Amino acid sequence: MIPLQAIAETGTTPGGALLVLGIVMPAVALVALIGLGGRAARMIVAAALLFQLYVAVRVALLVAGSATPLAYVVGGFQPPLGITLRADGVSALMMVVSAVIFLGAASFAWKDFAQARGQPEARLSLIFWSALLAMASALNLLFTSTDLFNLYVGLELLTFAAIPVVAIKGGAETLRAALRYLLFAVFGSMLYLFGIVLIYGAYGTLAISAIAAQVQPNAATLAAAGFVTVGLLAKTALFPFHLWLPPAHAGAPAAGSAVLSALVVKGSLFLLMRLWFDTFPSLREPADMQLLAFLGALAVIIGSVTALRQPRLKLLVAYSTVAQIGYMFFVFTLVPKTAGDIVASAAWTGAWLQVVAHAFAKAGMFLAAGLVAEVLGHDRIRDLGGLSARAPLVVLTFAISGLSLMGLPPSGGFSAKFMLLAAALAEGHWVWATVIIAGGVLAGAYVFAVLARMMAAPTKAAELASIGRTRQLIALGLASVSVLMGLMPLHPIAFFEIGRFP
Amino acid sequence: MMETGFDVVLALMLLGVGGWSIIARNMMTAVIIFIAYGLLLSLAWVRLHAVDVSLTEAAIGSGATGLLMVIAAHKVAGDSQRVVRLSRGFHVLAAVFATLVAIGIASLAFVLPGAPVSLAAPVLERLPESGLGNPVAGVLFVYRSFDTLLEKVVLLLALIGVWALARDQDWGGVPGLRLFQHPHSVLMLLARTLPPIGFVFAIYMTWAGADVPGGAFQGGTVLAAMWILVMVAGVRRVPRVSSPLLRLAIVAGPLVFLAIGFLGFVAPGVFLAYPDGLAKPLIVVMEVALTLSIAVILGLLIAGPPRAKDSA
Repeated sequence: MIPLQAIAETGTTPGGALLVLGIVMPAVALVALIGLGGRAARMIVAAALLFQLYVAVRVALLVAGSATPLAYVVGGFQPPLGITLRADGVSALMMVVSAVIFLGAASFAWKDFAQARGQPEARLSLIFWSALLAMASALNLLFTSTDLFNLYVGLELLTFAAIPVVAIKGGAETLRAALRYLLFAVFGSMLYLFGIVLIYGAYGTLAISAIAAQVQPNAATLAAAGFVTVGLLAKTALFPFHLWLPPAHAGAPAAGSAVLSALVVKGSLFLLMRLWFDTFPSLREPADMQLLAFLGALAVIIGSVTALRQPRLKLLVAYSTVAQIGYMFFVFTLVPKTAGDIVASAAWTGAWLQVVAHAFAKAGMFLAAGLVAEVLGHDRIRDLGGLSARAPLVVLTFAISGLSLMGLPPSGGFSAKFMLLAAALAEGHWVWATVIIAGGVLAGAYVFAVLARMMAAPTKAAELASIGRTRQLIALGLASVSVLMGLMPLHPIAFFEIGRFP
Repeated sequence: MMETGFDVVLALMLLGVGGWSIIARNMMTAVIIFIAYGLLLSLAWVRLHAVDVSLTEAAIGSGATGLLMVIAAHKVAGDSQRVVRLSRGFHVLAAVFATLVAIGIASLAFVLPGAPVSLAAPVLERLPESGLGNPVAGVLFVYRSFDTLLEKVVLLLALIGVWALARDQDWGGVPGLRLFQHPHSVLMLLARTLPPIGFVFAIYMTWAGADVPGGAFQGGTVLAAMWILVMVAGVRRVPRVSSPLLRLAIVAGPLVFLAIGFLGFVAPGVFLAYPDGLAKPLIVVMEVALTLSIAVILGLLIAGPPRAKDSA
């Protein structure tokens, strides 16, 4: 075993306490919310999420300013006994993205989950806002922890916060979706836990950097990596583990779907990248990574084709998430074991841009789909006619989110897919390059199919409900971020490389 | 020799009882056998010198989980039309899959590097600094208290998850726990005589947890069992989920835990670190608050979501 002093890497850095606050303050707010009751919920949530944004921006500025990661040794015990939090470039990026999307989703949900003045506590209010706070805490934990068991706690918290959001509407269909989600997620948790038990048995530590320093390609380690990977794939809904996602994401209220699709599936994906790039970098054999990319390719094709065949808008948007997640798995094969050249950097940047652009585009699109269902009283794609005249902002939101999903310029989705494509071609992976292009064409097909319906003449004179302008602007704002990202130069971004484990 | 014989018998019983719970035709029978299986398993943990794990297995794995399964089996049995019967082929497939998993796990135990690598030595080495005697408590409340804190937040979310299943119009009401109020039943006798003993036992388990196996989770489970007993027998009313006092009991543990965590920022200057010499008293305060919260949350998880107000 390595002596303790050798394992202890960096201690707490200036500003490291921000990482603790990012995880703990939403938990403080959650305790206050349950203790004081749902009537105080919105004020508590607003304060917590604004603080969350402040913390995330400060972390990003500190990481960018020093070009080194932030770290905090919780409780003062260095690994392997204790737990260290650490924010590198991509942690800081994801903290900011999640803080912004949480604020957007919460503002969108502000009226829906309100609490009537002078009335007793409402169920919706308590459940929704509690779950939102817990998800915010869990995601920051997943983005910054460097301890495999601590990360497991983060996964559990995220799962148990996401399921009430799926189940919140009640009714047989959503409960079935929530139960299916629960079964997949618990299956994933068990595999992950079993994998890290093996790792602890083999290396006597759960700290990522300590494992990376001594990892050997022996049977126990490979089995552990396999278990952990399959467990995380189940939670990330990569094909063929995607079956739980569409009913769950389509069954939640719009603001919930936005957070689930934009952020929650990225939590386990983030951990998967931590695992293969930081914990077991030396185990990244091309053949195994090709398998992940192959599943990603199948997800792109099958997810998009299935999206095309959906009769309901929210299900179409959910299947589009299945497809868009697939792109993110090309990173495992496009960033080779011995990184460092410009092609690998382009693939790395492309994958993270895809994560971020999809987060904003999908948040905007799910909110737009929610508004569509509210205006028309249904979300049958066949009967969307006349929407462009009655709710032009909603149609615009759907269109510009679609731009990023298709990967048309200018959009973050374009930059992401272009860089992934360039890396795939430079490394001679013409199969993945073909899939990236085909996926864009298929996304174009399902986005335009919906837009064409929205622009068509009304099928029947239906009673239309009115929707507030504020919520339309929130959806549009989130979708616009995905387009504005396209104005950045097509260049590997140095910030994403800060503090990558060597 | 005697001990080996005991271990062999225990292992055979585990296999036998485990197999029996799988092939049992009746769901309720299977659940009861599963509870017995959990108790045998907790004996196995004692034989492996993992007494803390054993207590948790008996309390949570067998006790609380078993009770939840009894309730679920009872509900399903009362609604036999909606029970989905799985085909024989599915059963065979599940059996093959489970056997393969078991063989895979068993064989992995042999591929781990020869000498077990463990942090036991450094854990024991630094334990005296905290004033604790139980190394498991040391891991839970000193070295990795951050995990323990977040696990308590997970427990809050488990309750939110159960409460999410309520209907809007029933919200604020009383959990739909099935009551058996018969003034002359054995249950009533137990509900009146057992709680004082259970209460003392729970306090002892929590208190002793600092130095010997035990602690907030085990103590809290015993307390929860007592609470459920008096509620089911109708000795005490089931509280409304919106009751402010109940809410306070739910969050007391996490609240005290967080407060002590933040106290660390003041002295000695690190989150979740304890001021010099105060580690043990602060941990005991934390454990007491956690015992209360764990007991109330487990009780509420078993009591279920609030039901229509008139049926209460």
